Amino acid sequence: MSTATTSSSRTCAAAIEPAPFAAPAAITRAAAGIGLYAGAFGIMFGALAARSGLSATQALALSAVMFTGASQFALVGVLAAGGSHLAGLSAALLLGLRNAFYGVPVTRILRPRGLRRLWAAHFVIDESTAMAVAQPAPRAGRYAFWATGITLYALWTLGTLAGTLIGSGIDISALGLDAAAPAIFLALLWPQLSRERARAVALGAAVVVLGLIPLAPAGLPIIAAAAVAILAGLLPARRGHGTEDQ
Amino acid sequence: MITVWATVLVASLGCYGLKLAGVSLPESVLNHPRVQRTAGLLPVAMLTALVVTDLFDANGRYTADWSTLAGIGAGAIALRFGRSPVVVFLLAIATTAVARLVS
Repeated sequence: MSTATTSSSRTCAAAIEPAPFAAPAAITRAAAGIGLYAGAFGIMFGALAARSGLSATQALALSAVMFTGASQFALVGVLAAGGSHLAGLSAALLLGLRNAFYGVPVTRILRPRGLRRLWAAHFVIDESTAMAVAQPAPRAGRYAFWATGITLYALWTLGTLAGTLIGSGIDISALGLDAAAPAIFLALLWPQLSRERARAVALGAAVVVLGLIPLAPAGLPIIAAAAVAILAGLLPARRGHGTEDQ
Repeated sequence: MITVWATVLVASLGCYGLKLAGVSLPESVLNHPRVQRTAGLLPVAMLTALVVTDLFDANGRYTADWSTLAGIGAGAIALRFGRSPVVVFLLAIATTAVARLVS
């Protein structure tokens, strides 16, 4: 659903750098743009979910409760490919893990207390975090977080509903929609490949998955790829390249 | 049907739990360099694995659909030129559809 995975590490700089206060109108316009984009993506998600054999209610439940695009696409993608439910679940959770790390900058900006934590947590996603940390002042950051989160939530779920309605009635293959899921995953992956270690991990994961396809049950190669990331993450940063992975 | 619902709900609540952990855990845990590095690399590995299985895995056998590969290739070129995900998506499915039509 977006490209802001590395944004959390820039938070400190964003919070202390003096910059002109962004007018709420500009934030609202940006949030509306992101919302429309999410609506279009929601339609794609709904169509893919319908094609994967999920009911409209199940697709809507994913958008309304899970509410994190890459995990949703991964879950329906694994199920559509005949993978086990456990494999789909694991892929969704591993991709959703990044949202936990967005919690650090979001908490600094929102300072949610008590029960508000439960509510705020639901809207912690790529786009709301990126918009919040991009604002020069906490007040603008809070506004950006809620404007983006709520607009996106509304249009993402509406788009999903529309997608499930049209998704089951179209010829997926003739329209080239079987390229939809890998195209979305590639678009999400691309901006992250600017880091050298990320490129190495991508290559390692591709090799592991290709090697395991004929050997392991469906879905397992995807989980095995996570081991590549964990191994690479535990390796210390190389001398002289310490900031590269930040 | 029941297992699909169970997967949908467990995965959804799990993803919410990760978000909640993020706004609840002490910063020192999530700010640990190795934790941060691993968290940044996990999506890279998962997304790569999803692309590869989508393109080359047919229930445990190798497969390659040239129309789909052409579409993904067109998408990769669009990404190389800095196009947005929506453009990449539309180009990929359009290329796949046309390639399938002419092949």
